[in-house]
Amino acid sequence: MKFFRQSPDQKRRAALKTLGLGAAVGAGALASSANPLPSIEVPSASFEDNWHEFFQQHYQRMSPEEITEALARLERKYKAKYDVDVHVGNAPPLEGVVFGYALNVSKCQGYRECVKGCTTENNQTKDPDLEYIRVLEMEKGSMNLEHGDPYYGEEEPVPKPGKFYLPIQCHHCENPPCVKACPVKATWKEPDGIVVVDYNWCIGCRMCANACPYWARKFNWHEPKLPVEAINPQTHYLGNRPRFRGVMEKCTFCIQRTREGKMPACQEACPTGARVFGNLLDPHSEIRFVLENKNVFRLKEELNTEPKFWYYSD
Amino acid sequence: MDLIRFVVDCLKTALSGGRAYWIWIGTLLFFISMGVFTYANQTANGLMVTGMSDQVSWGFYVSNFTFLVGVAAAAVMLVIPAYIFHNAEAKRVVLLGEGLAVAASLMCMLFVAVDLGRPDRIWHLSPYPGMFNWPSSLLTWDVLVLNGYLALNLLIPGYILYHTYHGREYNKNLVFAAAVLSMFWAISIHTVTAFLFASNSARPFWSSALVAPRFLATAFCAGPAFIIMTFLIMHRINAYKIGHKVIDMLAVIVAIAMQINLIMLAAELFVEFYAEGQHSANARYLFLGMGGKHSLVPWIWSAQALNVGAVLILMVEKFRKNYYLLFVACAMAVVGIWIEKGMGFVIPGFIPTPLGEVFEYKPTLMEVKISLGVLAIGAMVFTLMVKPLRAIQMGILSNPALDQRAALELAEAREKAEMLARIASYEDNPEG
Repeated sequence: MKFFRQSPDQKRRAALKTLGLGAAVGAGALASSANPLPSIEVPSASFEDNWHEFFQQHYQRMSPEEITEALARLERKYKAKYDVDVHVGNAPPLEGVVFGYALNVSKCQGYRECVKGCTTENNQTKDPDLEYIRVLEMEKGSMNLEHGDPYYGEEEPVPKPGKFYLPIQCHHCENPPCVKACPVKATWKEPDGIVVVDYNWCIGCRMCANACPYWARKFNWHEPKLPVEAINPQTHYLGNRPRFRGVMEKCTFCIQRTREGKMPACQEACPTGARVFGNLLDPHSEIRFVLENKNVFRLKEELNTEPKFWYYSD
Repeated sequence: MDLIRFVVDCLKTALSGGRAYWIWIGTLLFFISMGVFTYANQTANGLMVTGMSDQVSWGFYVSNFTFLVGVAAAAVMLVIPAYIFHNAEAKRVVLLGEGLAVAASLMCMLFVAVDLGRPDRIWHLSPYPGMFNWPSSLLTWDVLVLNGYLALNLLIPGYILYHTYHGREYNKNLVFAAAVLSMFWAISIHTVTAFLFASNSARPFWSSALVAPRFLATAFCAGPAFIIMTFLIMHRINAYKIGHKVIDMLAVIVAIAMQINLIMLAAELFVEFYAEGQHSANARYLFLGMGGKHSLVPWIWSAQALNVGAVLILMVEKFRKNYYLLFVACAMAVVGIWIEKGMGFVIPGFIPTPLGEVFEYKPTLMEVKISLGVLAIGAMVFTLMVKPLRAIQMGILSNPALDQRAALELAEAREKAEMLARIASYEDNPEG
């Protein structure tokens, strides 16, 4: 081939070939209509931090020292990106606590205050807002979700006659199909029953979203748009710390609040008292009273996912 | 040293060719470059550049992946007659089939890779240093079986060619064992991919026991049809001469597999629509449309028309043996199944969502460009493999240090010894 002496004709042909192949590559680049000069982003974290973040291990595999480092690294990263001092905690599950939630459908009026409380608390991407709670406006007398309308108008007076309202969020199943589906164990059930995601381990394949019967998992299709003034600086590694592009997220029962004995943001935001949250292992808790004395039911119970989220009516 | 020389010789052969060859390579390079640059854009902006959404979280990429798994699995339809039944004509082309399987499994992996939100973390998807949720997650099964299948289809032909190149006999028992293994493996890649969908009880459209058998039927229909088309083209452009018997055998396989597929389709339609419940909503959206939304309806019906048309042509022996008609029928089957098992299977699984929302999906131009890039990479890999393969099989390319005459004499002596041994065995027990 080229290693041999070439005649001028051969040389010309070889040159033409290289030129032609180069032209094909160039034409392909043009046809991709990708910006040839991508806007250079200001590096939001030091090279060293990015390097260590890349090789960061799975949350459950890190030693306590490595976790401390990872938390500090995240805080530096958020400081550089948003210029806000974000606290990233990793409060462990409380002893003898398994969380459960019950929602009174006869009290829910469809105000969607829980949705607002959730997005204020959990640092989701804004405009359009990523929401963990979806409230369906249902026909009275029907539990067919297909007839529910999640897009009923913001300005319309609720409750409307002949309708009832069904808020749906992550049900924190005892037998979570999403955890089974994840190929890299980036999502798991904590001892207190909360199903969490390690946003630094998720590869973004969306297997979990396909497995979830409650449509509770939301994906970051683009770099999250989180205005500085909307940031909640009190965060948890497995909870509401600001997320990245290309990873899955979901309701964590406000892990950053509930592990400190507070109520989830949606429970506090609800003006009608339709939401009851508490420790399922505490026989004197309100949630236990509801489960024992009310006519409770669970969504899609036939799938055996064993949700820890119940609905009831008075 | 021998191995290096073998690889270098193969590369040299792959990179030599006439003007038409280089125009083909240039065309592929154009599509690859377009795909790579578009993919760079996708990684910079996130998957928002695709048409996918929380409602429809898998789209064109996974659809193509699902289809190509079938193409990859189909190589087994040449492996069985060649290595198990020692069919001479199948043996001549089996390496091509395996080359196609290599290209198809590679494309499958690329389609999964471009679908990831965080491709930089793909190393997490490994037993070490990542974290492998095996055996629970079906995607880990797919990673295992696809990589295994790729390895098998690289190693068997590689081993055979390496020995042919050196003028040596290969170990027939070893190849037989590997062929049996790859036979089961081909079934497994398709079953696992079907279970990837069928394991989601949240998605009634996918969660059916019929998905895996139907995947196999469509695979053994679209796959051999695709192989027939490739063979007919290669035969036509003198890239590789293919025997008639192989084509005829594959055509019968396509015809039978398509009939089985259509029977299963009918069974599915009956169950979905005779007593139509809430779980039939996805099928209703796919075949009839729902809530004024019906973008898949014309596609799925044209797919079924193509499938029925193909089977009508293939059922008649006279038509099947006319290679123009056969080509048309195979093209119809490939396109029909590409629609039916790609977008026609993956997308309606998401519509309506588990919460009953009907939200449609349409691939964006960028998704199509990236997919074209992946397909071009597959075609490039196949092209580069075919050249040295053909040269070695024809005896054009061999180890220059090889004494051709001595090798020939050795082979003849061995053949003679084998024949004598067989005759001797007859004489020992005349009844047998």
